[in-house]
Amino acid sequence: MSDITKQSLSELVENIKSKKLSSSEVTKAFVERSEKSKELNAYITEDYTNALNKAKKFDEKPNLDLKLPGIPMAVKDLFCTRDLRTTAGSKILNNFVPTYESTVTQNIWNEGAILMGKLNCDEFAMGSSNETSFFGNVQNPIDKNLVPGGSSGGSSSAVAAQLTPITIGTDTGGSIRQPASFTGTVGLKPTYGSCSRYGIVAFASSLDQAGPMAQNVKDCALLQEVISTYDEKDSTSIDFKRNEYSKELTKDIKGKKIGIPKEYRVDGMPKEIEDLWKKGIEYAKDCGAEIIDISLPHTNYALPTYYIVAPAEASSNLARYDGVKYGFRAEGENLIDMYEKTRSEGFGAEVQRRIMIGTYVLSSGYYDAYYLKAQKVRKLIKNDFDDAYKKVDAILTPSTPSSAFKIGEKTNDPVSMYLNDIFTVPVNLAGLPGISIPAGHDGKGYPLGLQIIGKAFDEQNILNIAYAMEEKINFKNNINDWWIK
Amino acid sequence: MSIDLKTIKHISKLSRISVDEKKAEKLAGDLNSIFDFIEKLNELKTDNVEPLTSVAETTLKLRSDEVKSKNLRDQVIKNSPNENEDYFVVPKVIE
Repeated sequence: MSDITKQSLSELVENIKSKKLSSSEVTKAFVERSEKSKELNAYITEDYTNALNKAKKFDEKPNLDLKLPGIPMAVKDLFCTRDLRTTAGSKILNNFVPTYESTVTQNIWNEGAILMGKLNCDEFAMGSSNETSFFGNVQNPIDKNLVPGGSSGGSSSAVAAQLTPITIGTDTGGSIRQPASFTGTVGLKPTYGSCSRYGIVAFASSLDQAGPMAQNVKDCALLQEVISTYDEKDSTSIDFKRNEYSKELTKDIKGKKIGIPKEYRVDGMPKEIEDLWKKGIEYAKDCGAEIIDISLPHTNYALPTYYIVAPAEASSNLARYDGVKYGFRAEGENLIDMYEKTRSEGFGAEVQRRIMIGTYVLSSGYYDAYYLKAQKVRKLIKNDFDDAYKKVDAILTPSTPSSAFKIGEKTNDPVSMYLNDIFTVPVNLAGLPGISIPAGHDGKGYPLGLQIIGKAFDEQNILNIAYAMEEKINFKNNINDWWIK
Repeated sequence: MSIDLKTIKHISKLSRISVDEKKAEKLAGDLNSIFDFIEKLNELKTDNVEPLTSVAETTLKLRSDEVKSKNLRDQVIKNSPNENEDYFVVPKVIE
């Protein structure tokens, strides 16, 4: 079968279960395509030989009752993988080989999947274009020199280019949904507490969530079902009844109330995004949903709030990188000098910038004015959603204020880069689930996404709405394999 | 509000990140534009608002106080940039 890499995850699982394909055949196909796609720079670390060996072993004694039987998968390089280098896209972790496995990846291997390698990302997941990675830019398979979004840019590029049937990313302010939108793929950020943070390189602990990135909603639901578990090793993991998301998936969303928040109509939003949103509303109506105008009055304050809370938590989390226990070390004249040189040489510019912002807002004399203030506004933002959900079951917005931009276009202006996340950040601040689905193209033929935001723990509902809308939208990605010689 | 070079040097010291003059100037420019943008929050009155510290509205689960991981010494030391027997090695701290 020459078209193995064109198959969706669900098709591959079906074909392996019915023995039409072996794990070795599937793994070989994705490894070969990954090897031909080096120009995308989607991988930081390849583990192809081990993957092929594991596939062979799987085929010798296949357990076909598993949910991901012998499925090869590359994952974002923010998840610790035992005995395989985990860098978080940073020089400071360039040589770090974890001695333990993240819970989310362990859940995936427990269901029979096979690790193919680690995917590029912005350094410590801080970025919206994958341009802050120590390991270089990632190309968007949609067009040459186009960013794949970020921070899960290697993940979005790899899924869109079919180098891996599916993958996982992490989302602190939009890092799954924005790259999904930029590459014409599906990305789900689950409710805070749904997926364990154990073994994920920490960025902002009150916001970070892992989630699936896929070619379609059904695949996304299947992976969410696998990765979402209660975990004692993460004190913020929540013990709630989890659905079998893929089995319970339905296109019947008749009578569901979907809110349209007027505050998401931001100044200077391109007409193409406005039109896409209108089209989305029509699709939702066609599916039988009821559309209700709502207000989320503090939307405009979400991004400034995020740029206090996230850097504050980051500055605290990243204090552990001191060149002593693990990671890169620069030699210094004394201990303090060693710390300062290690961190100055080991972290890239964006990470240093955010550590500085975070340190400043937490420093003596500024804590109340910035950090406490931001926590209060965060409460107002969450209250907005709580009020809205008294009237609606879900909320529909664009995923991003623009389509993918060119590499280098926004690197000199941090604030314009931050504005990418204007529609996704409020969801993290409120701890809610959100999914981005591809919904159309702009004038250049680049994909655009719509975001569906749900109530806490209501992943099933937004997956169902996405599933129903996906059928109506009938999106097709225009990828011509330009990078394959 | 304006963050001057003296403040940048102070923050860099607190952050344990060394900065030279050139880097300090760049950072001052970046941080000022970011804080201009953050100042927007001052439009809001928040005197009677409770700060949100966690969106996970659950109480922390208790567990029995038992050791679960044992003999991790080799694993802990494995990624060290410089170790001697079972110790991390750092530049001399006490003269």
